Amino acid sequence: MKTEPAITAPEIQAPVLPPNKLTPRQLRWARRRRTLGRFWQQFRQSKMGMIGLAILIFYAGVAIFSIFASKGALDPTITTNGPRLAGPSLHYPLGTQIDGISVLSLTIEGARISLFVGLSAALISMLLGTLIGMWAGYKSSVHDAILMRITDVFLVLPWLALAIVLAAMFGQNFWIIIIIIGLTSWAGTARLVRAQVLSVKERTYIERSRALGASDAHVVIKHITPNLMPIIFANTILTIAIAILSESQLSFLGLGDPNAKSWGTLIEEAFNHGALTLHAWWWLMAPSISIVLVVLGFTMVGFAMDEIVNPRIRER
Amino acid sequence: MGTAKYLLGKLGQLFITLVLVLSLAFLLFRVWQPGDPVATWAKASGAKLNAEQLDQIRHEWGLDVPLPRQYVSYMGQMLTFNFGTSTILNPQESVSSMFWSRMAKSAILIVTSTFAAIAIGVLLGIYGGWKRQGKVDQASMGSSMVLYAMPEFVLGMIFILIFAATLHLFPVSLYESPIPKTGVAHWTDVINHMALPWLTLTLAYVGEFYLVMRSSLLDVLGEEYIALARAKGVREKYVLRKHAVPNALLPTITLVALSFGFILSGVITVELVFSYPGVGKLSVDALRQRDFAVLQATFVISVIAVLLANFIADLTYAYLDPRVRRA
Repeated sequence: MKTEPAITAPEIQAPVLPPNKLTPRQLRWARRRRTLGRFWQQFRQSKMGMIGLAILIFYAGVAIFSIFASKGALDPTITTNGPRLAGPSLHYPLGTQIDGISVLSLTIEGARISLFVGLSAALISMLLGTLIGMWAGYKSSVHDAILMRITDVFLVLPWLALAIVLAAMFGQNFWIIIIIIGLTSWAGTARLVRAQVLSVKERTYIERSRALGASDAHVVIKHITPNLMPIIFANTILTIAIAILSESQLSFLGLGDPNAKSWGTLIEEAFNHGALTLHAWWWLMAPSISIVLVVLGFTMVGFAMDEIVNPRIRER
Repeated sequence: MGTAKYLLGKLGQLFITLVLVLSLAFLLFRVWQPGDPVATWAKASGAKLNAEQLDQIRHEWGLDVPLPRQYVSYMGQMLTFNFGTSTILNPQESVSSMFWSRMAKSAILIVTSTFAAIAIGVLLGIYGGWKRQGKVDQASMGSSMVLYAMPEFVLGMIFILIFAATLHLFPVSLYESPIPKTGVAHWTDVINHMALPWLTLTLAYVGEFYLVMRSSLLDVLGEEYIALARAKGVREKYVLRKHAVPNALLPTITLVALSFGFILSGVITVELVFSYPGVGKLSVDALRQRDFAVLQATFVISVIAVLLANFIADLTYAYLDPRVRRA
């Protein structure tokens, strides 16, 4: 890599580096690029991972399209002039629902909501799980015992029963659903992170760093966290799949946000209007298939990543 | 005695978890609930009561004493399944009496389908892990992933569309025909109604158990003692039966117990799809009417069910693995 010819600044004398030596920052980035490149090489080998990735790229495209598409094409109040409950046709490729709104445009809108809820909830779950898992694993003894008891409670809790209660109390709002899913799904991540921290913190490089006078914060941030990143990342991808499924279940029970209709809410509306007895399968089909495909996509990518980053599985 | 100590330890953990969850329930239903239970009830039932009458009810329900004292009596009530009376759904009916008949209907559905799912998933998983990448493994792997990705209610609706609405093989919903039958006809009628929800729940969880068992067996098959057994010339059938499968079952048991909370969650949506009059349907009705007395009972009872399932899993684990008892 070529470095810029140093513009001589009068006060600060830039360290003169031999042309083949990089600054620590450049070195770090070069190493990260190499690691990512190697990861991608391995990931490409996995047929399952690549299929999953293709599905996800497709739906990400759909969700992005729904943000930038002209409001008129997707706005229910404008498109409510189609035939009611019509089967798939050239004009309405996925049919229309009971108010004459195109199921295709509803499904495209739903992609944005479902993906956003899934990603945000998984993010909350990841942050909570990582923090609690690290705290428990690193501090050990009393902290560990208390945190793990709490984790066990959340691990076995019938999450939907709790979620119903919370949603009934705090209202049917998009953000509340994200928080509820995030709060009920972190326990598995916490256990995983704790186990990893317990094994990593005994390694010799941590001991060396300590011997050189590193603080707890330095050890955790600079040495333990980077080591856990790959596994946490793979786990988060799998959590997104679960979060999207959870969102669909909550919405199906009628707890979805009526102003931001996810795929689950679309299915709930169809079901409550008797789409099954009306034989209006097209009303249910697109949102259902979308949920299955997206969850499948995240699961496949997550499994493929797990196979690369999880040494226990890699050995097989 | 190792076993007794182990059991006591597990019982202690069970008790602590139960107290923690009940405390959470207390916080939710008594402290955080917007407005107090009496206000919610008065608003929803539409009864016109003045402040004095409301206070009278508060006194009857024991809501006018300080929170710490409420907490103690709350714990006692929950542990004796005294959930008070339903506030909105069936005014004046005691919540526990609403539960018992429905619980039997839900329990039979959950228990039979879970055991069927475990049996099928574990057996297929053993075969799939043994003949890894074989035809059975590839087919089961693919369908397991799809079943795992499919919400229970979508699977249920597919079955309704195919088997009930189109082929008319099974009824669309409910537990029995509107005009109840007697004798043997009653039971065939019930089984007929239960077939589709049962199939939905079974298939919904087979995939998960397959994936768990398969991956656990693959872990064990990579161990050195398996290589040793094979090197000794032990026949493959015995390697599997005596060395691999028993060890591979252990993590599976833990995961089965952990997934019980998810199964209970899935039952709620499946009962809704099939209008099956169990606890799940009851809690959806309670949710729609905001009947917090019933929701509270659903929450507490399902938590206790999950904790018991985990305790049973711990017992099974200890029975199968002597190391756990001695540790």
